Amino acid sequence: MQAAGLEEPQGAWEPLLPGLIILLPLLGFAINGALALSAARKSADAVRAGREFDFLENGRPASHSLPTWVGPGVMLLAFLLTLVNFVGMLGADLHEPVIRSYWTWIATGDLNVAAAIQLDQLSMIMMMIITGVGFLIHVFSVGYMQDDPGYPRYFAYLNLFVFFMLVLVMGASYPIMFIGWEGVGLCSYLLIGFWFSDEEKASAGKKAFIVNRIGDLGFLLAIFLLYLVFQRVDYVGVFGNAEAVFIYGGPVITTVTLFFLLAATGKSAQIPLYIWLPDAMAGPTPVSALIHAATMVTAGVYLIVRSAVLFALAPLSSAVVAGIGVLTALFAATIALKQQDIKKVLAYSTVSQLGYMFLGVGVGAYTAGVFHLMTHAFFKALLFLGAGAVIHSMHHALHHTHKDWDAQDMRNMGGLRAYMPITWVTMWLATLAIAGIWPFAGFFSKDEIIWMTGAMAGAENAPYQGLYTVYWILALAAAMMTAFYMARLMVMTFHGENRTGSTEAEHLHEAPKTMWIPLAILAALSVFGGWINVTTDLRESILGGFGFLPMSEWLHGWLEPVTEAAHQIQEANLGELAHAAPLGGGEVVWGLISTVVALSVVLVTMRRLGARKVPVAVEDAEPKGFSRILFNKWYVDEFYHRWVVDPILTTSRVLGRIVDAKIIDGAVNLVGNAARAVGWVGSLLQTGQTNTYAFFFTVGVLVILAMIGLQG
Amino acid sequence: MLAESLVLAGVIFVLGTLGVIVRRNVIIMFLCIELQLNAVNLTFVAFSRFVGIEGQLFVFFVMTVAAAEAAVGLAIIISIFRHYETVNVNHFNLLKW
Amino acid sequence: MTEVLFFIFAAVAVGGAVGVVMSRSPVASLLFTVATLASTAGIYVLLEAHFLAAVQIIVYAGAVMVLFLFVIMLLNLGHEYRRDIRGNVALIMGFAVTGGIGGLLARQVGSGSAGLETNLGAGDAIDAALREHGAVGAIAQPLFTDYLVPFELTGILLLVAIVGALVLAK
Repeated sequence: MQAAGLEEPQGAWEPLLPGLIILLPLLGFAINGALALSAARKSADAVRAGREFDFLENGRPASHSLPTWVGPGVMLLAFLLTLVNFVGMLGADLHEPVIRSYWTWIATGDLNVAAAIQLDQLSMIMMMIITGVGFLIHVFSVGYMQDDPGYPRYFAYLNLFVFFMLVLVMGASYPIMFIGWEGVGLCSYLLIGFWFSDEEKASAGKKAFIVNRIGDLGFLLAIFLLYLVFQRVDYVGVFGNAEAVFIYGGPVITTVTLFFLLAATGKSAQIPLYIWLPDAMAGPTPVSALIHAATMVTAGVYLIVRSAVLFALAPLSSAVVAGIGVLTALFAATIALKQQDIKKVLAYSTVSQLGYMFLGVGVGAYTAGVFHLMTHAFFKALLFLGAGAVIHSMHHALHHTHKDWDAQDMRNMGGLRAYMPITWVTMWLATLAIAGIWPFAGFFSKDEIIWMTGAMAGAENAPYQGLYTVYWILALAAAMMTAFYMARLMVMTFHGENRTGSTEAEHLHEAPKTMWIPLAILAALSVFGGWINVTTDLRESILGGFGFLPMSEWLHGWLEPVTEAAHQIQEANLGELAHAAPLGGGEVVWGLISTVVALSVVLVTMRRLGARKVPVAVEDAEPKGFSRILFNKWYVDEFYHRWVVDPILTTSRVLGRIVDAKIIDGAVNLVGNAARAVGWVGSLLQTGQTNTYAFFFTVGVLVILAMIGLQG
Repeated sequence: MLAESLVLAGVIFVLGTLGVIVRRNVIIMFLCIELQLNAVNLTFVAFSRFVGIEGQLFVFFVMTVAAAEAAVGLAIIISIFRHYETVNVNHFNLLKW
Repeated sequence: MTEVLFFIFAAVAVGGAVGVVMSRSPVASLLFTVATLASTAGIYVLLEAHFLAAVQIIVYAGAVMVLFLFVIMLLNLGHEYRRDIRGNVALIMGFAVTGGIGGLLARQVGSGSAGLETNLGAGDAIDAALREHGAVGAIAQPLFTDYLVPFELTGILLLVAIVGALVLAK
């Protein structure tokens, strides 16, 4: 079962304490959790005794000092350990995954699942992203959540989340991944509903968890099917034998992959299960940055990339994946055009970019999908953290004069660049990255995905050529919209005149060091992070500085051992991919076109929107016409509510009140009543009359006599 | 003589049982019980001629016990009568469900 | 001779029993009972249980029945002549059940009557004792030797009955 890992791998690479990487965040959770419990007990005692409980004794409560060091501390240690292992793996030239099995988890009958972790290039990249970006966000949270009484609880949950996410990406089999899958769903619920005393926020948490659950059903069904086919559910076993066992494009593999797709749409917020992500903005902003931008939502993409072999064997499913991805990308982008809450814009932007990742893995460009995942983690986390800094500042300002405005509404902002220059610069860098402008990170990743879609459309034996051409066009359209709404966000927030109010504006200030240093680091990654996966064509062209800029195709080569099986299957069945886009023209041409178009969209938006006067939120009119539909998210939530939620509620009401209470309870009561009736009949024997009793004696005597007499 | 005695005893016994079942006056019911006991005594005596003196001994004891029982039973009837003012068994129905 | 006497006594006994069950007045029932007891005593004599016959008359018919009479008089029941036999349903059920018992008993006797007397031997099991000790002695001899304990217990029983009757009727 672990044959590949137990033998000496080719590079003879020994990972250094990989289990500790997972355990460190868990330890952080335990310590912070214990602290949170004791703090809660103290405050509960005070509340019960009717005392005022001011946790902010002397400005900084005692309960805050330990989590400040433990929370980011374990993350830093985990990151360093991951880095050491990463460097080790770099030098090891690994071709088979290294599997460390710790104990046997399930051993019943045919099924044997070990608690094992698998270290290969894919999981290593994911671990770097999770621990690295996670660490930066932990540091940011120290500043952001300073004044919150739930500080230790926050870090406990955040550490627990990282633990589960690491389990997800490091697991060596689908059940282990599923543990992580469920666990991050749980932590997402806990963190979204962090301020649970507000009903809306708690409901948002519930929504996220319940919608995720629907996806989990798909995951489980897929595991069951795989078990039926292979009698094993670990990666090495399944992927090793997949080609031999499954028919290319057959019904079984298509079903399995479609179930996995269902799970991925739930976790990664694609159509039809994306509805929880915008609501998830109810949680603290660093949570949105970590979970709903950089890590948890990428779990779906990771699942598909990990199961690349299975998806390569099912071209129909891959087409569906790509289709859902590009539709979601376009759909979410349209909604983001008209949102006024800064976090909502970013939320829909996340959904849209996840759509791009799905498009990438759907057309078989697994490396491109992972690449976009990585760059997206950088710039989206940066955007969210920047928005967090802005909101933090706005809260302080509005709090001072107790103005009742929404601190997250962009119409109440404006001109913030004078007050928050560092945030302004870093967020612009992220915006340029996400808009896909050269030479920032997003350009290379998004471009590669769009290019591969076009290439797939022109492949030799591609089954759905026309379809992929449509995908390509839609992807380009969504890219333009991305540039527009991001520029709109920047203009409304940072440019123009300040609309918050003159007294409030005096209290607007830059974020503290714990908050802007992570921003800076992420900004640097957003600028240069894309230079690790640039194809040869691009590198040698103007877009690569004619070979002078330090770009390379390193990521592609790095992930090759993981994706080559899938690529081989793809090449064998689909033939060679095209070298020109459907409308003609090579990679470089389209790269230039897209960056120029994006840049012009940004510039035009800055000019047009910058000149316009934006009313503040309380004075703004209701949107009309088509804007109204976009602002109300195409009424999807209302649609689901009417056609899915309400019928279910009605059904359960009927089942509960009628079937359960009347029919089933009635049947049980009937049995009881029948017993009572029989007893009543029996009680009629008790007449209280001596004569009757004597009569029954006599009957008894008769019976005995009869038995004795008639026997002999 | 044995068979006839047994038949006689059986008849008296059955008549006594019938009396217990159909009469409502508790004293007459008691009398019928005495009839039953008497019939049983007759059976014992009839057999003692063939089996041994033990039959008659047993009758001796039965009579003794019957006497004691009659005494106590009548005492009970008297104390019930004090409460109910009647000896009609239909009225003694506290045991009715 | 004995047969005739037996049948006379038997008729009186059965008649008395029927009278007990059917008569309206408690006193009449009582007198019928006395008749039955007396004729049974006569049958005892015919069955060579002389002592028991005497005891039957003296104790049973004499003391117990008189006690019954005292109670009837005490409760002033002598004047009631109302029918107090239960209704038709009870009568039919009663007849059915007792008829059934009677039938079974008769069958028992009938089926074995041919072999009864021969199987049990001659009716002389007690002749030796009677000749040796006399009628009273034949009973007294085993009573005070082999069956002393039951005898004493019966004494205690009587004591309890006396005390009980006293307490209850107070």
